[in-house]
Amino acid sequence: MSLTTFLQQCLTGISLGGAYALIAIGYTLVYGILRLINFAHGDIFMMAGYFMIFAMASLPWVIAIPVVLIVTVLLGVTIERVAYRPLRSAPRMSVMISAIGVSYLLQNLATYLFTALPKGYPEIPFLKKIFQIGGLSASFVTFLTPVLTLVIVYALMVLINKTKIGMAMRAVSKDYDTAALMGIKINRVITFTFAVGSLLAAVGSVLYFTDRMTVFPFSGSLPGLKCFVAAVFGGIGSIPGAVIGGFILGLGETALVALGYSTFSDAFTFVLLIIILLIKPTGLFGEKTTDKV
Amino acid sequence: MLKIDNLRVNYGGIEAVKGVSFEVPDGSIVTLIGANGAGKSTTLRSIVGLVKAAEGSSITLDGEELIGMDTPDIVKKGISLVPEGRRVFPDMTVIENIKIGAYLRNDSIEEDIERVHALFPRLKERSWQLAGTLSGGEQQMLAVARALMSKPKILMMDEPSLGLAPIIVKNIFSIIKEINKQGTTVLLIEQNANMALHVADYAYVLETGKITMTGTGKELLADESVKAAYLGKKSN
Repeated sequence: MSLTTFLQQCLTGISLGGAYALIAIGYTLVYGILRLINFAHGDIFMMAGYFMIFAMASLPWVIAIPVVLIVTVLLGVTIERVAYRPLRSAPRMSVMISAIGVSYLLQNLATYLFTALPKGYPEIPFLKKIFQIGGLSASFVTFLTPVLTLVIVYALMVLINKTKIGMAMRAVSKDYDTAALMGIKINRVITFTFAVGSLLAAVGSVLYFTDRMTVFPFSGSLPGLKCFVAAVFGGIGSIPGAVIGGFILGLGETALVALGYSTFSDAFTFVLLIIILLIKPTGLFGEKTTDKV
Repeated sequence: MLKIDNLRVNYGGIEAVKGVSFEVPDGSIVTLIGANGAGKSTTLRSIVGLVKAAEGSSITLDGEELIGMDTPDIVKKGISLVPEGRRVFPDMTVIENIKIGAYLRNDSIEEDIERVHALFPRLKERSWQLAGTLSGGEQQMLAVARALMSKPKILMMDEPSLGLAPIIVKNIFSIIKEINKQGTTVLLIEQNANMALHVADYAYVLETGKITMTGTGKELLADESVKAAYLGKKSN
């Protein structure tokens, strides 16, 4: 394999990894606050794909993208409101089952409304433009994805560590009662968390589907599952962990494809999951839970 | 004035608090003493809305009913609770813990940070340390400092002396007096009845969800049955 081919594959892997990272952050954020694995997250990502198809049908992309972001955020927040909030004091397993239910609901709703046939994802002209850097050539979206991911992650870290709402998120993730005693409205913080997670899923969806060209009702299942693994690999609850997990997954999958083992590219994810669960079940940056009395 | 009237709380079918009434006059230190399971913590937690009071109970602050309000709204009215076991945020620095206490405020908090630093110089030294690495006594100080940052009218403390060395307990109680002198009303619950009664203006003894005795701190300190039950002194 020549150096150029190698770099070309790396670029593809990093780009895929960036999109995975954005989705994985959504899992990790929600888990951090609610201790809930939001199984519907991948399907929110899929719905964002459909929203884009319909938005682009009548709007220019500069307007369509913000509209898709907003509608996806509304979807995420509504799901929390309807399916998770009423179960706030229920056992965690009930909420998890509710999340699985929402996942199936969205998949079937999409099948019912949009049929199970793949729909073509609209082309956003500037994202598809082919760029050449040295011997590397790829569409603009391939270059943009990892850069955008890192910018978003940086902004998110600033949000969480330097702002008041970020402080509230960290407090709520540790201890609901004490956070409430500080005057923090728990439900507002949870809504905000779902909004951020869904926003990132929508951004990831635009980047991911631009490269894949089609959306169908189960488009969210496998990426969703993979990104969940990325979050677990990095240590669920940790944002840097989710990002690194996303990139490792993207690079690993692309490497397998490049080496001619594309049959096994999906299996890579789950091998990775098994390995991390055997060696370090809390993930790379997972928090150790020590119960201090 | 904080007024608790006929407070009842049910916990999974068990009545933990059975019609408790007492008052916390402005500017005073009031203490509830009693054994484990007497309903002390439950009483405090229902005042801040963390547990639901049963029908017919009433908790008023300066005449305004608090039952039914959310915890953050009650905190906004000027009641702050230092929870049992400190409950500082272990992954935040000391200064962040102090700042989060002022979450509801939009005015400048610098002056109040200085004020709590003056009360607890140790916290100033450890500003950038993670709260989880502090000793128990320091965490208790931090929890009190954090609660003061919301500028409460009433500071409630749930067993501030629990698990602390006697010398630190003394220190904490002298600070409680100091805080009260600076104008904050204090409602304190304690198993360490001796210390609590020494600082309290008014005291109530709580037994299995009911108030069985009331008086000034001094009166209860002198009472034979209190001595026998809570102060570990034989009455003969």
